[in-house]
Parts: sequence; C-alpha cells; structure tokens
Amino acid sequence: MEENSKKITRRDIIKGLATVPVVGAFAYSWYQKNRYDHLLKQAIQEEVRIDTENPVLNRVVSKDKQIRLGIIGTGGRGRSLLKAAGFLRPEIIDDYLEATAKNSTDKRYQEFLEQEDLNVVVNGLCDIYDKNAERGLQVCANVKRLGSDGEMADQPRRYKNYKDLLAADDIDAVIIATPDHWHGTITIEAARTGKHVYCEKPMTWTVPETYEVRKAVRENNIVFQLGHQLRQTEAYYKAKEAIKKDILGKVNLVEVTTNRNSPNGAWVYNIEEGAGTNNIDWEQFIGPAPWHPFSLERFFRWRCWWDYSTGLSGDLFTHEYDAMNQILDLGIPRSAVSSGGIYFYKDGRTVPDVLQQTFEYPDQDLTLMYSASLASNKSRGRVIMGHDAYMEVGGDLKIYVDSGSTKYREKLDEGLIDPKLPLYSFTPGMKQVDAITSATEQYFAGRGLLYTYRGGKRVDTSHLHIKDWLDCIRGGGEPSCNVDRGFEEAMTAHMGTIAYREGRKVYWDEDKQMIV
Amino acid sequence: MNKIINSDLSKMQVFWLAALRVLIGWHFLYEGLVKLTNPNWSAVGYLLDSEGLFKGLFYRMAGSETLLAAVDFINVWALILIGLVLILGVLEKPALLGGVALLALYYLSHPPFVGLKYGLPTEGSYLIVNKVLIELVAMLVLFYFPTSQRIGLCRLITNLKKSK
Repeated sequence: MEENSKKITRRDIIKGLATVPVVGAFAYSWYQKNRYDHLLKQAIQEEVRIDTENPVLNRVVSKDKQIRLGIIGTGGRGRSLLKAAGFLRPEIIDDYLEATAKNSTDKRYQEFLEQEDLNVVVNGLCDIYDKNAERGLQVCANVKRLGSDGEMADQPRRYKNYKDLLAADDIDAVIIATPDHWHGTITIEAARTGKHVYCEKPMTWTVPETYEVRKAVRENNIVFQLGHQLRQTEAYYKAKEAIKKDILGKVNLVEVTTNRNSPNGAWVYNIEEGAGTNNIDWEQFIGPAPWHPFSLERFFRWRCWWDYSTGLSGDLFTHEYDAMNQILDLGIPRSAVSSGGIYFYKDGRTVPDVLQQTFEYPDQDLTLMYSASLASNKSRGRVIMGHDAYMEVGGDLKIYVDSGSTKYREKLDEGLIDPKLPLYSFTPGMKQVDAITSATEQYFAGRGLLYTYRGGKRVDTSHLHIKDWLDCIRGGGEPSCNVDRGFEEAMTAHMGTIAYREGRKVYWDEDKQMIV
Repeated sequence: MNKIINSDLSKMQVFWLAALRVLIGWHFLYEGLVKLTNPNWSAVGYLLDSEGLFKGLFYRMAGSETLLAAVDFINVWALILIGLVLILGVLEKPALLGGVALLALYYLSHPPFVGLKYGLPTEGSYLIVNKVLIELVAMLVLFYFPTSQRIGLCRLITNLKKSK
C-alpha cells in the first residue's frame, strides 16, 4: 500500500483533477441561469395565466344517429367542406399517396385518415354545373377514404334544382356552398323545410334577406352554422381569455387586413375548358341577380361582380370581422366609412380590389379598421391594440407589452418585462412559448414548423366547424357561429359595402335595427 | 505510454489545448442540457430547415416519428456525455470522434454554400466556413493532440492502474 501511494504523485492528483472544478463552475452557472429564467417567468406568469382550450375539441356528443346530408354547390369550397365532413375524391387520395411516397414528411393522407368519422352520409347533391356535380358525386361515394382502385359506395342522388333537394325526405341537413347571391335565399327555404343549415360566409348578399334568414332560422328551430371556420382556431380562445383577463388594458384600436397578390387571390379563377351552356344551368345561376347574357367569365369569376358577390367586405373582411367579434364581442358598429377602388385588376370587374373600411364602436370606445389590397402580399396581420399591451392574432398568438403601459410600469422599469419580446405567445401544439423561450424556438414556432409533424395533433378547422354544427344537431346547443353572430357579420359587412358604393358614412340604428 | 502522448509538447501547449478541450466540453454540455430541460425541444425544426446535398436524409429523419424520437434522444445525450467527459478528461478520443460526427451532421444539414438559403437566422456571416466547421476541426486537432493524459482524470486513472 505504501509502495503504491508513492507512485501517484501530488502533481498527478492536481493535474488529474484540475478540470473537475470546471464541472462545479458549470453547475453553479447553470443554477444561476435557471434561477434568473425562473424569476422572469414568474414575473410574467403573475400577469398572464391563460389556459382555455377549444371547446369543440373537448365536447363529447354521441354520434350513434347518422345524419343525412345534402350539399348545394360542389365547386372548390363545397368539396373542401365535404373533405371536412370526411369525403374526398379518390384521385386526390391518389395524389396524397404519391406525395407521401416521394416525401415522408407529407402527412396529408395520414391526417385525412385520422380525421374523426362524423357518422354522416350524403344523400343528395345539387350543382348547376355538370362537371362539378360529377366531381361531387365521386367525392360523396368515397365513404371508405380510398384511392381510385378502392371500393366506392353508391353515389348520392343528383338534383338539378336545389328546391327538389330541399324537398327530399331523406336529407336532415344541408351544406350551402353556392355563390354569395344564393346564400340567403337557399338558407331561408331550407329552414322552412326544417333542414339544418351550414352556410358558407357571408350569410347574405342583401340587407333585407339578412332579417329573413334570422327569422326563418329562429321560427323553424333549425341549427344554423355560418361558415367561419376560424371560430375553431385555438389561438382565438386564448385571445378571448387574454381580453377577459384584461391583459391588454383598455383596447382602443383593432386593425385587420387582407393582402393577396395573385390572380387566383383576386378571384380571377380558371375558366374550365369545355364549360358552356350545354353543361351550365345559367338561368338558375342568375337566380335573384339581375339578368345578364351567358358569360363564362361571370360564371367562374362571379366574385368580381356585385351582381353575385359581396366583394372584399363580404368575402374577406367577414373572416376578419368574425375573428374579432369572437374575441371582443364587438356586435354591429355604430357607423362605417369606406373608400377604395379598382386600381389593379382593370378586367371589367365592379368590386374594388383595394378597400379601406373604418367602423366605430363608441360604446366600447374603439375603432375597427380594415385595410385590403388584392395586389400586394405585404402581410399585416391582425392586431388588437390596448393601452398596456397589444396582441397579434393569427394561427398563433403573441402579446407584447406596450412601452408606455401604466399597468406594467414597475416591471418594465425593473427590466423584468421586455416590450420587444412577447409577454405571452401561443402556438398550437406547443405548450409554453414566452419571452424566455430561445430565439430559435420562437422563430420556428412562429413559422408553424414545430407543431406540423409532432406534438399537438393538427386538425382542419373546417372539420371542427362542421363537427360543431353536427354536435348541436345531435346534442342541442348553439353552434359557435350561429344566426345571431351571422346577423352581426352580415350587417357589418353590408354597412361597409353601402358606405363604399354610396360614398357616404352609414349608421346602424340600434332601436330600429336597421342601416341608415 | 506517456511518451506517445505528446510528451514533446511544452506545458503551455498542453495547457491551451486542454483549455480548448474544456471549453468545447462546456459548450456541448450546455447545448445538451438546454435541450434536455426544455419539454418543447425537438430537432424537427432544424431538420426541416435543411438544405444541400443531404437535405433528403434530414427530411427523412424528421418524417418518421420513431426516427425523430431516436434522433432527439441521441442528440441530447451525446451532447451531454461528450461535454462532460471532455471537461473531465476521460474517454477523450471516442468523445472527440462522436463530437466530430455530430458536428458533421449539423454542418451538412446547413452548409453555408453559395445559393443556399435558410429560414433559421444566423448570428454571423459565413461562406463555406462557419463556426460549426471550426469547432469540428478544433476537435480533430484535439484528437491528434490528446491532453487528458497530462491534464484530466485520465492521468489519474492511468497512474492508478500502473501503481497496482
């Protein structure tokens, strides 16, 4: 033993253990860093506690009773809604499978397979364009979600006129995905036949039918859902809670925007080859609109004309409005002014491609501002501005403290809150992103990269919105975008449109419940 | 044995090489621990931001749940263990090789070549050579000039063995 110890010199011990204190130094620094982060986190948590989740995801309603659907309008949007209900064209499934084979990160097929079975069947379909009707029939027959070599069910019955579909007794509920000028008329008639309605936005094309739709839905006790699927966005529930908890302080300005810069985004849709009077029922297309000789351009690009469309206000502002109405309970504004013009797409359209609308809510001491361009992609998002903080809401949610805030003054001065970093941020599928989270992580979270393939399951909001409607048909209750929310949406959009078209400030007379 | 292990190097040469080893170890250890203690961390974002010749390989890693879970696990624990042993000065050579392999993967997924663009922001300006590559080469230098027999637990362990 004595001999052994001689061989290990003091120098060996010192040099052998020389770097061990580094581990200690590391541990101490690690502890310091975590303590600092914890303090910051605590300071933030004292201000923000938000945990609301999407109620539609959590609701459990028995699906034993199969609901028999009819669909009116099986163009692009109609078929998207069928996908949300669980039906997809076999050719599209082929494409998905091919894409997955080429790139394993392409999970569209898997996601579609995982989409909850809503126990619905489509018994009737109506489209005035034969090609879209044929596509729709193929979609509805694909009940097993298979590719083109799979086994298909019988196709539903095709109705040439929507009235016949509404009269069918093997249909409980209808999805309406027609051009805007038909929304109100068909909804009213469907309600009168006792059919539940899921109607694409905007709810109506004219002011008078807005009252009629509300009346018909109420009198006939049907379940009505307006197609603002953003109602299901989880970030909006969080945003609503942040407002309720007064994290932003006094909200005084809300800014919402639309920016697009492509022909498709500006409604210059493709005119299909082979389409003509032989396969389009033009007379039924015109319906309540002023008569116009047959025009392929007007048929495929109907959103460009007031004759069938509600323009930017009805098509795109309504999404923004409904999002803010959900978060802030805005209701109908006291007044609206509007300006804009046809500045880029001088293709004979009558609806503007650049539009600014300002809505006043003096009772709530705030202004809602909408600004849109169909010829610039500069993304401006949605911002709710309060005295103490502002909030950016999209698929994710970020709250930043205002440098002039009264409420957070002390913490700002102490450096516990940095106005340049989000006080709170929520990304679906990620539980906690905040000022402490690493820049890289925040960056990926913001781009939506983190939740796409992992963690929180990605679900199609349209699917949830349809499910919300079906749940209410089966189990009672009001869908998230019911006829009252629809009434507010339609009236607000109409106010903006009237202000633009008549070049004047318009008012909402609360007592008379009318636009003046 | 000691003769092979850089007995020709001066004290200062050994000291600074060992310092480089410890600092790289510190960096690895911290990178690993940060990932380990963050419940939201995954390599998926980094992998999906890949460009260059091996982009497909990194996308495949991100595409499979099992593979991704394995990548995340190995990445975190390799960083921590390599970091720890480099600081302490044991198993220096296998740790350095492991570190080189990890850094090579990081470099190949985000090579700073002309024309490749990344979503992930960088904190500096790089053309072909970036800090990952420099750290990688530094680890190779350490591999050929090992120091743990002079400064590090390895010295103690070797001498203890010899003393028996």
